[in-house]
Amino acid sequence: MNESRLLGLFLVFAPLSLMSFGGGQAIIADMQHQTVDIQHWMSGRDFVDIFAISRAAPGPSTLIAALIGWHVAGFGGAAIAAIAIYLPSSLIVYAAVRWWHAAADSPWRGILQRGLTPIAVGLVFAGGLAVLEAARVNALQIFATVIAAGLLTTTRVSMYAIMAGAAVVFAFAQLL
Amino acid sequence: MKVVEKTREIPLSALIAVFFRVGITSFGGSTAAALYREAVERRRWLDDHGFVSALALCQVLPGANPVNLAIYIGAQLRGGIGGTLAAIGLIFPPFCFILVLAVLYVRYGALPLAHSILGGLAAVGIGMTLSVGAKLARTIRKPVPVAIAATLFITVGVLHWPMIPMVLVLAPLSIGIERLLLKAEPQ
Repeated sequence: MNESRLLGLFLVFAPLSLMSFGGGQAIIADMQHQTVDIQHWMSGRDFVDIFAISRAAPGPSTLIAALIGWHVAGFGGAAIAAIAIYLPSSLIVYAAVRWWHAAADSPWRGILQRGLTPIAVGLVFAGGLAVLEAARVNALQIFATVIAAGLLTTTRVSMYAIMAGAAVVFAFAQLL
Repeated sequence: MKVVEKTREIPLSALIAVFFRVGITSFGGSTAAALYREAVERRRWLDDHGFVSALALCQVLPGANPVNLAIYIGAQLRGGIGGTLAAIGLIFPPFCFILVLAVLYVRYGALPLAHSILGGLAAVGIGMTLSVGAKLARTIRKPVPVAIAATLFITVGVLHWPMIPMVLVLAPLSIGIERLLLKAEPQ
């Protein structure tokens, strides 16, 4: 039973890994559809909870796959889901990176590099806005976002100091 | 284009330590931005242009952008083993963090204090993403690339148009324009 669940996790997440063009946010809706509607691994309500936990944690947003795996088949499920979501795309990326570094002197590489730069910049801002919206932030969080962005852009203050400060402020805000 | 010289080999232990730290501290989807601060600003493993083009490549390929970026930087510094260790270093700490969080959630429900602190850390992470975005935006100064970046942000970010078709339209357009510009002024 457990083996078939682990295999099921792999067979759901490995294809999603190969389809995640543009990053993890591209496949969240498909993950929900597969997990809730097709495999019936959890209710829609459970998925919303798991999504919220994944947003609260550090690291890549695709780690939601590990949480789904854990929900389905415990720690082994988390490990299999993480391998399935990261390994297939990573092999493709590694091959592409090898080619990219090997082609350092080719004129085409320079063209690709300059042509893709505005795409990267546009997607960074779109991604920041998407996280801001998905988190349904409160006024204090918006304030903290603005302060952190301002400090990190204009001063050399350490990010870890800002994080420590934010942790203290938000702890007090909750306790008061 | 400035080439970053590899004057000395980065020890694998230093490589994995950097990605480990970024993995465990990058809240609010800020992993790519945290990699910018560590790899570009603090260690100068890449320059701004190198980073932004690496990020672009990693965005158009399948896979989580920060993981792809870790593979890119790790492979540039130390080949296959560097790419592998960078990716594992980046994924493993938050993998453990997220499972601990899930276990705590199941056992104790949503803890308001933890929820508030994590929400604050996520806000700092979003601030860092915006800050790094502003720095990366300075790498494009010509009107056409600025227009392309702004179009992508407005359509995908503000108007919620689907990202993949927009990238499939704008990326070839942007690359094609650069190709024409190169033909127009051969050096």
